[in-house]
Amino acid sequence: MLTDDIKKKIEAEIEHHPDRRSAAVDAMLAVQNDLGWLSDDVLARIGEFLGMTAEELDSLATFYNRLYRKPVGKYVILVCDSVSCWIMGYNEIRDHLKATLGIRLGETTADGRFTLLPTQCLGACDKAPALMIGEELYTHLTPARLDEILAGLP
Amino acid sequence: MERPLTRNMLPGEEPFDLKRYEMAGGYEALRKVLREMSPQAVQQVVSDSKLRGRGGAGFPTGTKWASVSMGPDVRRPKFLVADADEMEPGAFKDRLLMEGDPHQFIEGIILSSFAIDADVAYIFLRWEYTLAARRLKRAIAEAYEHNCLGRNILGSGYNLELRLHRSAGRYICGEGTAMVEALEGKRAIPRDKAPRPTTAGLWCKPTCTNNVETLCCIPHIINNGPEWFKGLGLTGDSGTKVYGVSGKVRRPGAWELPMGTTMRELLEEHASGMRDGLKLRGIIPGGASTQFVLEEHLDTPMAFDSMGTVGSRLGTGTMIVLDDQTCPVGMVSNLMHFFARESCGWCTPCREGLPWLAAILRSIEEGSGQEGDLEQLSLHTRLLGMGRTFCALAPGAMFPLASALKYFSEDFERHIRERRCPWR
Repeated sequence: MLTDDIKKKIEAEIEHHPDRRSAAVDAMLAVQNDLGWLSDDVLARIGEFLGMTAEELDSLATFYNRLYRKPVGKYVILVCDSVSCWIMGYNEIRDHLKATLGIRLGETTADGRFTLLPTQCLGACDKAPALMIGEELYTHLTPARLDEILAGLP
Repeated sequence: MERPLTRNMLPGEEPFDLKRYEMAGGYEALRKVLREMSPQAVQQVVSDSKLRGRGGAGFPTGTKWASVSMGPDVRRPKFLVADADEMEPGAFKDRLLMEGDPHQFIEGIILSSFAIDADVAYIFLRWEYTLAARRLKRAIAEAYEHNCLGRNILGSGYNLELRLHRSAGRYICGEGTAMVEALEGKRAIPRDKAPRPTTAGLWCKPTCTNNVETLCCIPHIINNGPEWFKGLGLTGDSGTKVYGVSGKVRRPGAWELPMGTTMRELLEEHASGMRDGLKLRGIIPGGASTQFVLEEHLDTPMAFDSMGTVGSRLGTGTMIVLDDQTCPVGMVSNLMHFFARESCGWCTPCREGLPWLAAILRSIEEGSGQEGDLEQLSLHTRLLGMGRTFCALAPGAMFPLASALKYFSEDFERHIRERRCPWR
């Protein structure tokens, strides 16, 4: 389940902390970076490393916004729904994304390509509306620009 | 006009690497401090400069540092935490500082760590700031290579490790003690007020947390002195401030200006005024958890004390502009959904109260508001106010609501009376 490579990454996270438990969130982020999301099985395996139960890790994974307990698509779209983006046209951007992808917020497309999640302010308020796809930020969104962005993804 | 914090930034270009940063006078303050100053002397200079925290609360930085346990008997390692968890809706100033001049930020961290005699510093960076993460990672590696970090920094005998922590994300992490919990790998739930983190913070060791913009001021205060820094402000508050404007203005953006610049100058000169055909209805001056102000307040200086005189707060200094074609009820409803979603769930008033208020606001916005809803909202601005909850999240959420009920009462009533949103 956990490859040697992932185990090394968890160990590297642990090294930066005074005790193994402190590395829990960092370890989960590192594993998720490779696997995309955190299944029950994966949590149990990480727990063995850290001396924690899967339930303890679950209480962390469900608390933090960027840890996923369900499978996500190849691209996770984080669409900002906070106040400046709302003023500048969030509703239109959200509706266009839902219609184009054929999913609701919180869902993944059937082909496993896109997951659509609403998110808090991305700190790009002067360039609103904004969203992230994976680790990249896109700003000054319009429906037409969104179509271009989505079509341009590999 | 002096712009110390942003002078090295060139729009659209990569930030200065260590060599260019040094050519522009960078790491001079660090050399000076390590050569000729004690931690207490650095604390004194910053105290004399009257620098106040730029994260929103405005607490004097020198006073905070003075509360950190010092001396040979202190439990070690001691920590400095750089709060780079900019997640207040409407705030985007720390992003600019970290992406635009990462070495300035790092030098500020090293100087501040020295001032409180810290052994380890963390940058608590929100996950979504990916470009800042890449640039900081590179800059930290450079600083280690050139012995500005690590063992025996520049031959001084001072040691400091700096770690970049990418948070898994939650607004409550911005609360000082919740950030400490998050760094310990726990749920980010605020701690009791006592003992203070400066006595017992991370792993029960003395821990001091400062905002990005606050830390970026430190090298300049060391280089130019406290009197120079005080002279930068217009109204008694020291320094410059990175202000921002978002909403339907002609030219949204962020600018470094003297502390105490008026809201009018920001809106009309720097943001070039409202977009054609739109009128100003209100401003949330310093991020989501500050109170609305109106057009009649525009000549107020954006500084800590002056914003209090018009019933609001400076907060982050990044204003959100409400125009006359945008529904104020919808705006407050949007804010309340944010706060309800981001509540950590620890204390009952916040966990249960915020979703209730969010639901009432949504129903009013959608035309199914009822008689008595406004009384419920008003009552809760007191029941979820300061002192009623475990931390300041819910009271912060009440600030925009209470001020909106005061200034836009006619809009709320019209929604209920007409059973629809007049802007739809």
